[in-house]
Amino acid sequence: MAKMTYAQAIRMVIQQEMQRDDKVFCMGEDCEKLGGVFGTTRDLYKEFGTERIRNTPISESAIVGAALGAACGGMRPIAELMYWDFAFVAADQIFNQVAKTRYVFGGNAKIPLVIRSQEGTGRGNAATHSQCVESMFMHIPGIKVACPSTPAEAAGLLRTAIRDDNPVCFFEHKALYINKGEVPEDPDFMIPFGKADIKREGTDVTIVANLLYVSRALEAAEELAKEGISAEVIDPRTLVPFDYDTIAESVKKTGRLVVVHEAHQNNGWGAQVVSQVGQMVFPYLDAAPIHLGAKACPLPFNLELEKAVIPSIKEIVDACKKTLYR
Amino acid sequence: MIDKKTALWIYNKMHEIRAFEETAWTLFTENKLRGSVHLYTGEEAVAASVCAQLSDEDYIASTHRGHGHCIGKGAELDRALAELMGKATGYCKGRSGSMHIADFSKGNLGANAIVGGGIPIATGGALAQKMQGKPNVSVAFFGDGASNQGTFHEAINMAAVWKLPIIYICENNQFGMTVPVWQSTSVENIADRAAGYGIVGEVVDGNDVVAVYEAFARAKERALKGEGPTLLECKTYRWRGHWTGDPEVYRSREEVEYWKENRDPIKLFAAYMIENGLATQEELDKIAADVAKKMEEAVEFAMNSPEPDPAHVLDDVFYEG
Repeated sequence: MAKMTYAQAIRMVIQQEMQRDDKVFCMGEDCEKLGGVFGTTRDLYKEFGTERIRNTPISESAIVGAALGAACGGMRPIAELMYWDFAFVAADQIFNQVAKTRYVFGGNAKIPLVIRSQEGTGRGNAATHSQCVESMFMHIPGIKVACPSTPAEAAGLLRTAIRDDNPVCFFEHKALYINKGEVPEDPDFMIPFGKADIKREGTDVTIVANLLYVSRALEAAEELAKEGISAEVIDPRTLVPFDYDTIAESVKKTGRLVVVHEAHQNNGWGAQVVSQVGQMVFPYLDAAPIHLGAKACPLPFNLELEKAVIPSIKEIVDACKKTLYR
Repeated sequence: MIDKKTALWIYNKMHEIRAFEETAWTLFTENKLRGSVHLYTGEEAVAASVCAQLSDEDYIASTHRGHGHCIGKGAELDRALAELMGKATGYCKGRSGSMHIADFSKGNLGANAIVGGGIPIATGGALAQKMQGKPNVSVAFFGDGASNQGTFHEAINMAAVWKLPIIYICENNQFGMTVPVWQSTSVENIADRAAGYGIVGEVVDGNDVVAVYEAFARAKERALKGEGPTLLECKTYRWRGHWTGDPEVYRSREEVEYWKENRDPIKLFAAYMIENGLATQEELDKIAADVAKKMEEAVEFAMNSPEPDPAHVLDDVFYEG
């Protein structure tokens, strides 16, 4: 174990996987000398050269499409898009090509491809650099979706993504990069996809959250504890595949469900959780589940305005209390 | 110069493609085949002349008008037709139909139903070949319409910067669906756009096997020498409408007849072969007869093939290891 940041954990895994397998390589905007905007490939070009830490033109469709073609051709690309907001520039390549290639070709293709980038609020990057868009990637079948909330999970999930023979969209959060935590340096440390993690045990209400909102849900749980309410906090860690069972088991115990994410509330992934888990454990529910997310408004530049769009800790606390009729 | 063996291979492929397309047309009109079907009739010289110079380790990415490329790259008529009919024995188990047909074992990275969608994918194939030091090339086939998509510009620029072993083949059949090239495209020749990426561009008569063959040979040689991509524009003409239900209100019957009468790539190449001693009329007749028989067998195979089992509809979304 070593203490390192979320960004350093990602960099370490990329380095270890590139050492382990010469088919693994990175391609993306500014990944070479800059090492990406958040330093996740910093100085790796010195070890692996500029063929494998490959700067690309600012051409998102070509980055994703070429990574797909390279994956078809026997490589294991890690394509970096700088901001997940920019994935919309490459929407056809992601949703129509990457996601569908294996299936429409009758299962004859393996697509070992990671598309990674970061998303979210916290830096006042305004409307097209601050969105959480992971729900959209859950909607189209054929892509796995991972979203780590801690340095150790960034490491374990990224290694699983790189070794997966399927396309994985890997959602990092810009506000998490500087967070520090203990990370296993074991070059085979992996976290399986489709396995939620119970971040805090509790008995009265289940809070499901991802990315930055895991820590906010934990803060809300602390607040609730002061009022004698015991909240269980669960991070699904991957949206595709999704571990509904762990959440359902928790709700069987608590009878109450609150899902909160920074992604927009309308059709956000939390709606799917409420729908699925609601059907699985309806007889156990003591209150209607609540689903919180960013308001139906583009993310504004001003930091106070930005905060006003996304769920506050108080809103999470209030939602939990509402399920307890308090 | 094309040798006899290659010439006969190309002639045979052109016949296979023509027979396949015209059979697909007939089956469609008889309601035995459905969906979006875009026929390649009249453009056979391009796929056949290019694929004659590719091995199974060379990649192609193709288009919605992709049957010719698929057959050129080694697909058997029977399994290809079965795929068009959505049968379990098709190359993609009936999931792709006409527009997504692929065979990775032959280096065919797939037809692509999104205009311009395959161009970056072929570019990635070339990146993989270069990074693995393979003595191979990739080919992106696309039409004149795709040359106005962002993927065309993004991918060619990328390949030019990285000097990838790829040949971009624009099959300019003069219409993007119903819109004539002059109405959609800012340059007289699409190959002129090569200058914008600092690569070689060349325009050839896409109905002339020898012209396509030789231009592609030059482009392939440059690619293998590490000199990067080429944009090769093959000017041609599609005999059928954009799709099988096209009312063809944007061109005259006379124009189509002119191309059939005077610019049929199969007839033109047959004459060339005989004139240059590459084949006898008997050899050419035998090829035509053999292909006709093979096509009949393919129809029988496809018609008698089972439908895919809906119990397996969810298979293969992900590789399960």
